[in-house]
Amino acid sequence: MSSLFTEVSAEPPSDVPVRRVTVTVNGDERTVEVEPRLLLAHLIRSGFKLTGTHTGCDTSNCGACTVLLDGEPVKSCTVLAVQADGSEIMTVEGLAGPSELHPLQEGFKDEHGLQCGFCTPGMLMASKALLQRNPDPTEDEVRWALSGNLCRCTGYQNIVNAVLWAGEKLRADGGTQEEAT
Amino acid sequence: MTLDEIKIGGLGASRRRVEDDRFIRGKGNYVDDIVLPDMLHMEILRSPVAHARIKSIDVSKAWEIPGVRLVLTGEMMAARNLAWMPTLSYDTQAVLATDKVRFQGQEVACVIADDPYIAKDGCAAIVVEYELLPAIVNPEQALGSDAPTIRDDKQNQLDNVIFDWEVGDKSGTDAAFDQADLVSKIEMHYPRSHPSPIETCGSIADFDRATSKLTVYMTSQAPHIIRAAVAMVAELPEHMIRIVSPDIGGGFGNKVPVYPGYVASILASILLERPVKWIEDKSGNLISTGFGRDVYLKGELALRNDGKILGVRMNTTSDHGAFFSDAQPSKFKIGLMHSAFACYDIPTAHLTARGVYTNKAPGGVAYRCSFRVTEAMYFQERMVQAAADDLGMDQAAFRRMNFVRDDDFPHRTAFGFLTDSGQYAKCLDVGLEAIGYEDFLVEQAEAKKQGRLLGIGISTMTEPLGAGNSKEYDILGIKMFDSAQLRVHMSGKAILRTGAKSQGQGHETTWAQIVAHELGIPAEDVVVEEGDTDTAPFGMGTYASRSTPVAGAAVAMVSRKIRAKARKLAAHLLEASEEDIEWELGRFYLRGDHDRGVTIQECAMAAYSNMPDGMEPGLENTSYYDPPNLTWPFACYITTVEIDPSTGVWDVLRVVAVDDCGVRINPMIVEGQIMGGLTEAYAMANMQFITFDEEGNCIGGNYMDYLLPTAWETPGFELHEVVTPCPHHPIGAKGIGECATVGGPAAFVNAVMDALKGHDVRNIDMPLLADRVHEAIVDRTDVSGIPPIKVG
Repeated sequence: MSSLFTEVSAEPPSDVPVRRVTVTVNGDERTVEVEPRLLLAHLIRSGFKLTGTHTGCDTSNCGACTVLLDGEPVKSCTVLAVQADGSEIMTVEGLAGPSELHPLQEGFKDEHGLQCGFCTPGMLMASKALLQRNPDPTEDEVRWALSGNLCRCTGYQNIVNAVLWAGEKLRADGGTQEEAT
Repeated sequence: MTLDEIKIGGLGASRRRVEDDRFIRGKGNYVDDIVLPDMLHMEILRSPVAHARIKSIDVSKAWEIPGVRLVLTGEMMAARNLAWMPTLSYDTQAVLATDKVRFQGQEVACVIADDPYIAKDGCAAIVVEYELLPAIVNPEQALGSDAPTIRDDKQNQLDNVIFDWEVGDKSGTDAAFDQADLVSKIEMHYPRSHPSPIETCGSIADFDRATSKLTVYMTSQAPHIIRAAVAMVAELPEHMIRIVSPDIGGGFGNKVPVYPGYVASILASILLERPVKWIEDKSGNLISTGFGRDVYLKGELALRNDGKILGVRMNTTSDHGAFFSDAQPSKFKIGLMHSAFACYDIPTAHLTARGVYTNKAPGGVAYRCSFRVTEAMYFQERMVQAAADDLGMDQAAFRRMNFVRDDDFPHRTAFGFLTDSGQYAKCLDVGLEAIGYEDFLVEQAEAKKQGRLLGIGISTMTEPLGAGNSKEYDILGIKMFDSAQLRVHMSGKAILRTGAKSQGQGHETTWAQIVAHELGIPAEDVVVEEGDTDTAPFGMGTYASRSTPVAGAAVAMVSRKIRAKARKLAAHLLEASEEDIEWELGRFYLRGDHDRGVTIQECAMAAYSNMPDGMEPGLENTSYYDPPNLTWPFACYITTVEIDPSTGVWDVLRVVAVDDCGVRINPMIVEGQIMGGLTEAYAMANMQFITFDEEGNCIGGNYMDYLLPTAWETPGFELHEVVTPCPHHPIGAKGIGECATVGGPAAFVNAVMDALKGHDVRNIDMPLLADRVHEAIVDRTDVSGIPPIKVG
């Protein structure tokens, strides 16, 4: 992170406290100074410019902001950035390399598991967490695992099909070792 | 060799969606993803109370917060003649309150700051002193003799009535009722619901003083209407306004109106000469932006003993909130409510409608709906079921007997619409066969003996999609046509732009399929762009399932214009006269010599490199399409349920949907729309509603109080189809996006009511929450309306 110049604020230093936070995001270690009240979702979106993580409801109901924190799905709108210090974070941008697709991404496209796309990153991350702990889920297990993520477009049936599709592909590829980050 | 239309992604191909490639990677471009240099952030301070006079607003503490750049109040808006704005229904709406607040959540002030956290701090520092007034939370209160006048800002408004409107034949209908063997009556309420896309509303206004150009990135389903509205409200010249709708995270009608936040962000950008971003939070979205429904019905059917419906009488009272801002064709005050009973052959009908102001958020938007058809079809199908019960007739047989017959088209409905096609009885039969109707009735009777409550609900309906034709349908005088512009490059690849705007419907995929069908250019060679008023041709946008009926038709028509020119180029290349040129998909050839031909791509190259003398170069055109009529899809939804009599909880056993939306462009996408629509139907029947306590506090202002179905409770769906092509649409397609949301709720409610047959229960109003169903079972009584919730 170099820049040719850094503007020094002309305003007097404010009394807003600042905390230093180091996280690994999609494999890259990043250190930032944040206000203690900054939400992880906003650090990811505005700080790291990873806008695939969406904020939908601010109350941890819709799940559009779901990311993996040390391999576990969390709703990043209800996690403070400072709470993530020292953690590994995976966002939708980290699911696969730039020219590749994760089987879940393929599955969502092939099974028409998305329409407006706004809930999709959260659905993908929640699904990834499910397949990590349960590589061969039943339809009911998929529905239960995704019950913290709202979708207004699809009616869920195709999302469920997409996750089952991805699970099958991962198992066929011997990908049951699907690992966290 | 003839092209395989499915292989090139033409009509009927379940082509995988183009837009998915960015969405699955987290590379969508929603409004909140856009960051402009030097951008500021705006937050809105909202009224905590439903009805109050504003005594004072003290913003001084907000100004003291470092990083606050501007505080806007109603007074400042008024100084610029911007305190009020026109609505899409010829009313006015406060941008920022000056005199009174009229609903909880109304916009009172805005703070613009370096980041959204500081802007929120600024809002928290504003002190507003309110003098409380009685809150009016339902039409009954609004029409009471001692009710305060909510809209005392309007001269000549002395009560809370917005309109009294009627349609149909009163005397003819009265006569039909006089001759009836039986009159079936039912009253019900369609509760207030919020479309609630997961993405809220938002805008980034960017005024450039140097060029005087205003660019607004915003969540709008209808960017061209917004441009016209901004020109009107802000008194800016239209050519200096550019509205850009980027990717939209769901709309469902919520993102059609003009909201105060958009207007305030524009003024802030003009004053500060910096980009200003406003992203609404979820509560702001749920409590202040366009709700749907909230209509009370008194319905009556005049019946002959053999089951023939002789006449329909409907009386509606609708609660529009504090400002009449329904987004609907201006001529029809209660939307297309009078499309009710369009699928039934009924001699005469009469509808009276009254709209009232209350201290609730404004709206009455077409929530996945063509302007009140959702209420119309729900009322219709509940009335039909009640009538069948009153007659002691089988509900399927009663419907079949009253359907408009296949050979009766075109058919003028009792309310004056012209339906043009359909195979209603066939759809019903497909549905009954799929659900195993006769077997279920046996199973139901057996279960009843064991004290189990099984029910089957049917909902059949045709609805008017694709406003309009311009003679009848306009919004604020602007005719409801739509448009497409197609530019074919020299390589035969193309770019298509339309006046519609996808919010998940998949236009980037399906429009290219129409071009592929008309021109034989593979769909993957056509890029589709929408939402930028500087580049897209003028159109009325995407809502009310009008994209395929109107903009989709324009895509076909512009493709045909391109083909007509390409034919001249082909004649030139083949050194033949145009009359001797034949067309097959993707290729012109010489009549009688199939091998001598040129492809559409070769014609495209010739348009830039080898055109005949006198021909204008290039291969590009625009079509504005004014449909001759609405399209009339038909649907039959059948659900089965089981109620647990000890709790009132009802489980959905099966859902069968038979949709006839004419020719399907992309069957995969059509089925996706139907499943999404069924889910919203299930939601409204089961859980999704917004209510208010007696002080006007909104109950349902967040996702903990406003329940939306998750993957866990949403049932699975079984989809079937019948295809009756639309006779006037260029490719025979009809609208589909909203059908299941419109027709679906009655299927669920009818199923529950069917299960309660013999319990002396005629109606339970939606949502059929377990406690309401339980109350009906125990008390053997109807459960009506949504009473105000008591405070304390």
